Amino acid sequence: MTDATYPLAAHGISFMTMAYLDHAATAPMLAEALDAYVAAAREIGNPSSLHAAGRSARRLVEESRERIAAVLGARPSEVVFTSGGTESDNLATKGLFWARRGADGRRCRVVASAVEHHAVMDAVEWLRSHEGAVVEWLPVDQAGRVNPAVLTDAIQAHGDEIAVISVQWANNEVGTLQPIPALAALAAQAGIPFHTDAVQAVGQVPVDFAASGAAAMTVSGHKVGGPVGVGALLLGRDVAATPLLHGGGQERDVRSGTLDTPGVVAFAVAVEAAVKTQQEHAARVAALRDDLVERVRAAIPDAVYNGDPVDRLPGNAHFSFPGCEGDALLLLLDAQGIACSTGSACSAGVAQPSHVLLAMGADDDRARSSLRFTLGQTSTAQDIDELLAALPGAVERARRATAWKTPRQS
Amino acid sequence: MSGGVDSAVAAARARDAGHDVTGVHLALARNPQTYRTGARGCCTLEDSRDARRAADVIGIPFYVWDMADQFHESVVDDFVAEYAAGRTPNPCLRCNEKIKFAAVLDRAVALGFDAVVTGHHARLGADGLLRRSVDIAKDQSYVLAVLTRDQLDRAVFPLGDSTKAQVREEAAARGLAVADKPDSHDICFIADGDTRGFLAQRLGEAPGDIVDGRTGTVLGQHAGAYGYTVGQRKGLDLRVPAPDGRPRYVLSITPKTNTVTVGPREDLAVDTVTAERPIWHGEQTPVECDVQLRAHGEVVPAVVSVEDGRLTARLRSPARGVAAGQAIVAYRPDPGGDIVLGSATILTGENLTGENAHPAATSGTGASANG
Repeated sequence: MTDATYPLAAHGISFMTMAYLDHAATAPMLAEALDAYVAAAREIGNPSSLHAAGRSARRLVEESRERIAAVLGARPSEVVFTSGGTESDNLATKGLFWARRGADGRRCRVVASAVEHHAVMDAVEWLRSHEGAVVEWLPVDQAGRVNPAVLTDAIQAHGDEIAVISVQWANNEVGTLQPIPALAALAAQAGIPFHTDAVQAVGQVPVDFAASGAAAMTVSGHKVGGPVGVGALLLGRDVAATPLLHGGGQERDVRSGTLDTPGVVAFAVAVEAAVKTQQEHAARVAALRDDLVERVRAAIPDAVYNGDPVDRLPGNAHFSFPGCEGDALLLLLDAQGIACSTGSACSAGVAQPSHVLLAMGADDDRARSSLRFTLGQTSTAQDIDELLAALPGAVERARRATAWKTPRQS
Repeated sequence: MSGGVDSAVAAARARDAGHDVTGVHLALARNPQTYRTGARGCCTLEDSRDARRAADVIGIPFYVWDMADQFHESVVDDFVAEYAAGRTPNPCLRCNEKIKFAAVLDRAVALGFDAVVTGHHARLGADGLLRRSVDIAKDQSYVLAVLTRDQLDRAVFPLGDSTKAQVREEAAARGLAVADKPDSHDICFIADGDTRGFLAQRLGEAPGDIVDGRTGTVLGQHAGAYGYTVGQRKGLDLRVPAPDGRPRYVLSITPKTNTVTVGPREDLAVDTVTAERPIWHGEQTPVECDVQLRAHGEVVPAVVSVEDGRLTARLRSPARGVAAGQAIVAYRPDPGGDIVLGSATILTGENLTGENAHPAATSGTGASANG
């Protein structure tokens, strides 16, 4: 554990009483961020009001904006507060598409990687089905990475028709890092706005908006020790985006809605702490992760380690366990107090084979047999001991359970 | 856990009995989106949410298991194929046989569970005998009689000694929001309740003759024999009235010739039923017992024999609307709840002794939903 402290849950399930290996889903809230939240929530004041209470709230918001800008390599005016990663991704993909196509009717193409989070993927699909966008999904290699040459080809073929390009900084499932500066530079040379979803990357790897060359970047609060329900889109000063939400004209007229002062304040505290401690955090969780990977491979020799073995998020370990259903493994581990994930959760709770693994060339069985373990600030060696105590038995059982797929003969 | 009141209370009772219980909701639609607006289907997202909330209140883990492929193969495709073959399937029975107490049970056992608990209204006590529920109107032993000894040994039915009203009362007392959720009556995969439309979509139009069972005269045409059910009177649309002016009923469906045979009501009566694939729980035959020939159908006394993979029932009084594909379930009357002796799938219903003796009258009554 680092020096940072995390509040204990008053009741229910806490990361202290279980092996919480799902930090990529949501991370425990930093005590300092929670304190800042509670303090700000006690105050009254709409940041848009002109009186003293309003000015006081506005000051908290603007100080938070400056803190986030400072640690992420952005100007304060480039920080557009939103309700979180999904809204930021929607605002970036739809907003940049509408603005660019509005300025130049030929630009009706959207280019995105085949391994985007659903918040980008489904927004882009919506643009295709409702806005007549022509969509091009950039293929990835077996590690899940977009080769910049693929983007070069796409730009050469249809550069003057592309309205927006979106490639995530780090993959939420397998943790693979993308060559963002190289991709953003290609887009910039062609005069095409480039968006990157950096939700998983902030606090894990160095992230600098200005240096990345991206026109827009998504950041979320609850993945970095802040509250759920707040995030930001970093939007270059000269980048035009058509708003999704219309109303009071807050946030550069790009995102209307009363600002969530306590959320923004706590978000800033968390982002600042995450970025400032990034290096030591990454070293610590990478060492734990490497231990986890080595021990899982020793215990389950045929486990397939997915993603890039080196160039990945420090806290991410992602495996396929041949012959197992990922959701059976999850159930068995959950019953022993170990929290992990099979990929992105779906509204009906039905596990679909991961589009990320399929894009990486995995077959349906390998995609369905995968589990994601993600470490974070509160992870300890004991969590990994607990996982390894339970995993071999769970894999053995899950393998037996796949027999149910073969229909019974009557 | 379907999202209904019965499975919620069953789960709560199993937990109270000291078992380590995990809630499982079955996703049975290949694409859950398509069921989103079908409020009557049993696997809508809303039902999944109701089941999850019940599990929360009971305090048990909850998961959704995707059984869509197995369900389509074993229940939906079978349902369509049975109608195409002129038989009348019972999809709820098939689901118990192939999904709940097969695919789900096998997976659960492999994962370390000991049994599958459901909210069916039937009794299964320490003696291992399957009996009717105390609530005769809600009794579901008919659709469970297909289970083998092995399957029953891994089944738990905690609701059999309660009436539906008591189950609802208990759900309310436990703070389960599904306490007053309406019962489901329809076939869960036909969200709009239009079975004929569902079949027409899959089987297409297949025009054929409607024939008088006594004279062989062609009385009219039909658009698809699967749209008719044994015992049906309405919708025959025959222009030629019967000579005696009395109503005519569907007597049988013959897929080979794509013929629907009709006749007077008395020709529906059968006194001998032959059935295949018997599940028999050991009682020596021939045995004097009661038989039930359709879900919630009448019970008639009979002499049942099981021999060479065939079950034969000689009915003490004639029954009507006996359809191939439905189950015949044999019961021994018992003050502690009638005991299931066994069951089989009806092949033919015949009238061998009566005034209007006619061999091999079979086929199609409406499918019964009894989940």
